[in-house]
Amino acid sequence: MKNMLDVTQSLVQISVTISIVGVSISLLLLLYRTVKGPTNPDRAVALDTIGVNIMALAGLIAVYLVTTKANDVVLLIGILLFIGNVGLAKFLEKGVIIERNMD
Amino acid sequence: MSGTWINVILDILICISLLSGTFFIVSASIGILRFPDVYTRLHAATKGSTLGITGILIGSFLFMYVEHGIVSGKLLLGILFILLTAPVTGHVLGRAAYYSGVPLSDKSVEDEHKKNLEKVKDH
Repeated sequence: MKNMLDVTQSLVQISVTISIVGVSISLLLLLYRTVKGPTNPDRAVALDTIGVNIMALAGLIAVYLVTTKANDVVLLIGILLFIGNVGLAKFLEKGVIIERNMD
Repeated sequence: MSGTWINVILDILICISLLSGTFFIVSASIGILRFPDVYTRLHAATKGSTLGITGILIGSFLFMYVEHGIVSGKLLLGILFILLTAPVTGHVLGRAAYYSGVPLSDKSVEDEHKKNLEKVKDH
């Protein structure tokens, strides 16, 4: 019984390590697309997915270090990611972000 | 004593959700690397990343419940926020790509939005 619990807890540690390695490989692939990408919207899509992967990495590090302090970071990265991507898309479409002549 | 088996089952659930989330995130980034143009890349980015981040955050939420005994509302809000904003981001980026003149790939057979724009212009 106690033995079984030790086995599953070490299994959680191993799977967290595998997940951190996988998300890091995914970040490297996206970084290649961000540098290479043929057009600017390609780079914007890759940056969006890089932000989502950083959210996943923050959640995984909270599990890896056995702490609850990193939960705020996940939510904060999500909000900043949404604002930044909408601003970037509007800049790509119109060339300005804040329009002055609204009338 | 009765709480131990439920801990074993929850640990196995944490492993399954973390590993499946990682699988979907890695396959989404391989899709962004390999698809031919920006619209198919958006298709990979929004759906795959949303499923992957949901799996990883559910695993992290279960771990917080098992290890510290807290129900972390911030992680649940993070999942809800991603589910709400990922389609919006994908739509806005696709619209920006279309109107700034990014061409479709050679393998695309039809551009329905162009036909719709011409139909609106005729009226």
